[in-house]
Amino acid sequence: MRKMKGFLLVCCFIPLTAFASGPEMRLDKAPLHPTDKISLQRGAQAFVNYCLTCHSAEYMRYNRLRDLELSEKQISENFIFTGQKVGELMTVAMKKKEAKQWFGVAPPDLSVIARSRGPDWLYTYLRTFYRDDSTATGWNNLLFDKAAMPHVLYQLQGEQTLEVQAEDNGHGGTHEVKKLKLTSPGVLSKAEYDAYVADLVNYLVYLGEPAATKRTQLGAIVMLFLFLMLGLTYALKKEYWRDVH
Amino acid sequence: MSKRLESMIGWIDARFPLTSNWKAHLTEYYAPKNFNFWYYFGSLAMLVLVNQLLTGIFLTMNYKPDASMAFGSVEYIMRDVDFGWLIRYMHSTGASMFFVVVYLHMFRGMMYGSYRKPRELLWLIGMGIFFVLMMLAFTGYILPWGQMSYWGAQVIVSMIGAIPMVGPTLSNWLLGDFMLSDAALNRFFAYHVVTLPVLLVTLVVVHILALHEVGSNNPDGIEIKANKHPVTNIPVDGIPFHPYYTVKDIFGVVVFLMVFCGIIFFAPEMGGYFLEYNNFIPANTLQTPDHIAPVWYFTPYYSMLRAVTVNFLWIDAKLWGIILMGGSVAIFALLPWLDRSPVKSIRYKGPIFKFALFLFVISVLVLGWLGTKSPTPLYTILAQVFTVIYFAFFILMPWYSKIDKTKPEPTRVKE
Repeated sequence: MRKMKGFLLVCCFIPLTAFASGPEMRLDKAPLHPTDKISLQRGAQAFVNYCLTCHSAEYMRYNRLRDLELSEKQISENFIFTGQKVGELMTVAMKKKEAKQWFGVAPPDLSVIARSRGPDWLYTYLRTFYRDDSTATGWNNLLFDKAAMPHVLYQLQGEQTLEVQAEDNGHGGTHEVKKLKLTSPGVLSKAEYDAYVADLVNYLVYLGEPAATKRTQLGAIVMLFLFLMLGLTYALKKEYWRDVH
Repeated sequence: MSKRLESMIGWIDARFPLTSNWKAHLTEYYAPKNFNFWYYFGSLAMLVLVNQLLTGIFLTMNYKPDASMAFGSVEYIMRDVDFGWLIRYMHSTGASMFFVVVYLHMFRGMMYGSYRKPRELLWLIGMGIFFVLMMLAFTGYILPWGQMSYWGAQVIVSMIGAIPMVGPTLSNWLLGDFMLSDAALNRFFAYHVVTLPVLLVTLVVVHILALHEVGSNNPDGIEIKANKHPVTNIPVDGIPFHPYYTVKDIFGVVVFLMVFCGIIFFAPEMGGYFLEYNNFIPANTLQTPDHIAPVWYFTPYYSMLRAVTVNFLWIDAKLWGIILMGGSVAIFALLPWLDRSPVKSIRYKGPIFKFALFLFVISVLVLGWLGTKSPTPLYTILAQVFTVIYFAFFILMPWYSKIDKTKPEPTRVKE
């Protein structure tokens, strides 16, 4: 038995040695508030204003925004700029082929982007654009190098530039530390911009699975029912099995 | 029973063996009275099967097996179909839970020697079920036509193509094309919703018929039929399946549903293990993902596929990988003939078997974990070591099961 335990212990630590390296950038945690309807409404507003011009959300219907406590009238007046009907899908007029010519890659559909990228990735990505004259758009991104998307929110955030510093890594050598510095401020302060992006990411998460809130609500009722059934079926089993033991 | 009902059943019995079957398979099927925790998973596998069949029917009503529409039709189900999200999550969670219960069911058989005489055929039929289940999982995973669907399938399809002589022809025949395309998606849909479910249900019925012929094994690994009551001719350690095990299994069903519903309602992606994040990106035939990983239940075999890195004899590394991968599944079928121990159950087997089984479980877990990772030199060596341990469990069994120090079996089952 002691041998087995020792073996298990070794097994547990082998993987750690392989984890030690990894160039991936640390993601900032997105502050999500899936039930905060006001945050979701602000996020939806940001989405239709800034994203929905190039990116589609072609599996989402405008009138689904009623989930966010908006009326159909509010939706058609404040969220639809394309003349579409309220029951239609969030499509864009830009053709995929043309978009590819302009940007090098067609802007991906954002319906389930939060499910593939994850909220933290989006929250970090949208806050780490910086000026880079070597790219076609004049922008680059710390998380997604040479991203085809320009910084569409720069008027809000302002312009950041990249500063690379050499830092002592504690082993006698140096390693590069990349930092972003706000060189010309935007309309929003840093805290305001972070909150703006947080609302947008909150909305993107909702967009990825609009039924999520309903899912957890229904789940609570189902679990409650199962708890009752657990007691009931256990009592039934015990009653029947009395004559076996 | 009312007179009316009685006469109705009598009418049926004169034309169809209703009462006799009811008795043979439920009220007068005698199961050992000492079933423990591990004996829930057979009935639970049936429950999941029914769940997959029912939710599958509703999914086919809105799913479109068309390369340009498949991904969108799944999102349509998730958003615009009433309770479509629930049906889809029940089906996707059910797929993973099917493997959870089947793996535990198989492990039960390995612990208590349920594959030993007279249950060899029962075990082989079970292996057939396992194989069809894997085919079902594979064909089903292609249907949403996401990046992982496409590129995961690409790996498997290239494996079929690597079979010597017949490979390329077989691959073309199965795909209906020279590559993975719309034609292939249509075919996989047909396999997934017609061919394989029919096969699976048939095999499950045969599995239960075979079980009820030989009778259930139990945690003590002794035959309850060897000790029958002199007058009634009923096994003294047996109890009627209905009502005793039906009420017990219903309790097991509720416990299972708590786990199942917990996942469906609160963690349907299961941290990317049940629904992979990359599969929320539509399939792109021109962009290979950096990292292709199968769903968790296939990862141990995937590790073994990747473990072979050198050509050996006249066979190249890729084909060796395929042979090992296929062999790792097929070798289970040999268990009834590999085990030479005088006792069936782990309760009376010796320390060597216990240690071997422990190592086997560890190797499956480590290989499974490695299969989710990108290969590095260290990971490849680990995969090789644990592949050897995995196969050693089976190949060395005829020797270690024979020399192992066993304890004497009891004559009656323990409570």
